[in-house]
Amino acid sequence: MICLGIEGTAEKLGVGIVTSDGEILANITKHMPLREGIHPREAAQHHAQNIKPLLKKALEKAGVSLDEVDLIAFSRGPGLGPCLRVVAVAARALALKYRLPILGVNHCVAHIEIGRLTTGAEDPLTVYASGGNTQVTAYVEGRYRVFGETLDIALGNCIDQFARELELGAPGGPIVEKLARNGSYVELPYVVKGMDLSYSGLLTAAVKKAKEVSVADVCFSLQETAFAMLVEVAERALAHTEKEEVLIAGGVVVNRRLQEMLRSMCAEHGAAFFAPPRDVLGDNGAMIAWLGILSHNSGMKQSLEDTHVIQRWRTDEVEVLWR
Amino acid sequence: MEIIAKGAEANLYLENGVVIKERIRKEYRIPEIDETLRSMRTKREAKLLSLARRAGVPTPVVLDVDTKRKSITMNYIDGEKVKYIVDTLSKEELNRLFSEIGSLAAKLHRSHIIHGDMTTSNMLLSRGRVFFIDFGLGEVNPSLEAKGTDLLVFRKSVRSTHFRREKEILKAFFAGYRSEYPDGEEVIERMKRIERRGRYVSAR
Ligand SMILES: Nc1ncnc2c1ncn2[C@@H]1O[C@H](COP(=O)(O)OP(=O)(O)O)[C@@H](O)[C@H]1O
Ligand SMILES: [Mg+2]
Repeated sequence: MICLGIEGTAEKLGVGIVTSDGEILANITKHMPLREGIHPREAAQHHAQNIKPLLKKALEKAGVSLDEVDLIAFSRGPGLGPCLRVVAVAARALALKYRLPILGVNHCVAHIEIGRLTTGAEDPLTVYASGGNTQVTAYVEGRYRVFGETLDIALGNCIDQFARELELGAPGGPIVEKLARNGSYVELPYVVKGMDLSYSGLLTAAVKKAKEVSVADVCFSLQETAFAMLVEVAERALAHTEKEEVLIAGGVVVNRRLQEMLRSMCAEHGAAFFAPPRDVLGDNGAMIAWLGILSHNSGMKQSLEDTHVIQRWRTDEVEVLWR
Repeated sequence: MEIIAKGAEANLYLENGVVIKERIRKEYRIPEIDETLRSMRTKREAKLLSLARRAGVPTPVVLDVDTKRKSITMNYIDGEKVKYIVDTLSKEELNRLFSEIGSLAAKLHRSHIIHGDMTTSNMLLSRGRVFFIDFGLGEVNPSLEAKGTDLLVFRKSVRSTHFRREKEILKAFFAGYRSEYPDGEEVIERMKRIERRGRYVSAR
């Protein structure tokens, strides 16, 4: 069976083609050029303009035609309303035209499942950090339970907004990572609440601090503080859930320093560390296609009418029938 | 020295009938952050354990604080973690236990004590009394925001850990909380607001 998956919850648009054996035949992602923050309507326009050529490219890469595809999957949420709707419309149109079953799937769960597929992690604690999401989840009795998460803004959002305020450029992550190399530590607020954390106070303080000390110092300290908070929350969740594996997901964990810190924490607790390849770490279509296959094989069905998008869709609301 | 628990941030030893909680170094964070956090949390925990008891909430008695070693010596509570007994209780027992826990949370908040990590892992049931432990992430803070967040942390931990009995637990907890705290309703409202705010942002 072959599934074509479309991802488009935020500024990235992705098309992935995956077989039921878990072979990724194509996985093509298009990043929207970002100068400022994400404007939902502009992002939606970007997706609408690029979906056709991207589909074509992915099919060519996979060497399959739409007649050979058995299932259409798309990211149904959580995400930006206008973006979700563009993707849903494209998916519905394909399903109708080629008379294919369609499944709208959860973006956050897709990150976890593509990670399990590509790394072989079996029952991991997942540390997922991206522009719009920051959460620590683990499977317990039929669901991915959220053990820790941000109470306000996401880690990626915090770093990107910081870079924007200081006019360092976009996307902020890699720029801040580079500048941080020559910095030294200045104190910033470290806010962990139980297994949850909060980044909005850190963002405000970092922007303010940049008026007093060098940008490099603030970048270094922002990273060290924000990452240590996330790693600590992951560590608490690991001790709490007693899982033996840690899987990373999301665009922010591409950051070397963050990975190094997570590895070190895992070593201390004797947990195995799993990092998926870069092209499936950030938002991508293959993860949507793979979750489409898992859902389909576990008997899930949706009619076109029940494929309305869900902007706020918690990870722990999804029933995991395939495990 | 017998190690009784290796928590996320501390090792706990039992020695001559007393517990030593030592916050250990974390290689993953830079020494500056590590040192500050461990010192601050050790001091706060010792202080809050005492303040909480004065507010009417059972806690272990602090016998010594070693700021160099980042350790606290306290008396041993012979009991069970509430986390582990939840699934063994009858409906009535569960109701009684969490309404008691709710009223203890209210006593803390009435005295402006924020626990900071209010989960069933940090409550011990000993001879019918519930002891609160692990105050390292806590603070004294009279604001609605801090109290609301404290409740949210509890509610979320119940959701992830005790999902089978989430409704019963929360109902009893909030009933106990309200009964002991005249302004409790306001805090609960704030908790809901904080949660909505977070969800809104996380959907971006
Ligand atoms: N005073 C005490 N008496 C008995 N057991 C304790 C005491 N303090 C802690 N413990 C045990 O050690 C565990 C970890 O202690 P805690 O203070 O919660 O540290 P951590 O910050 O690592 O979670 C507790 O869950 C409890 O089982
Ligand atoms: Mg604890």
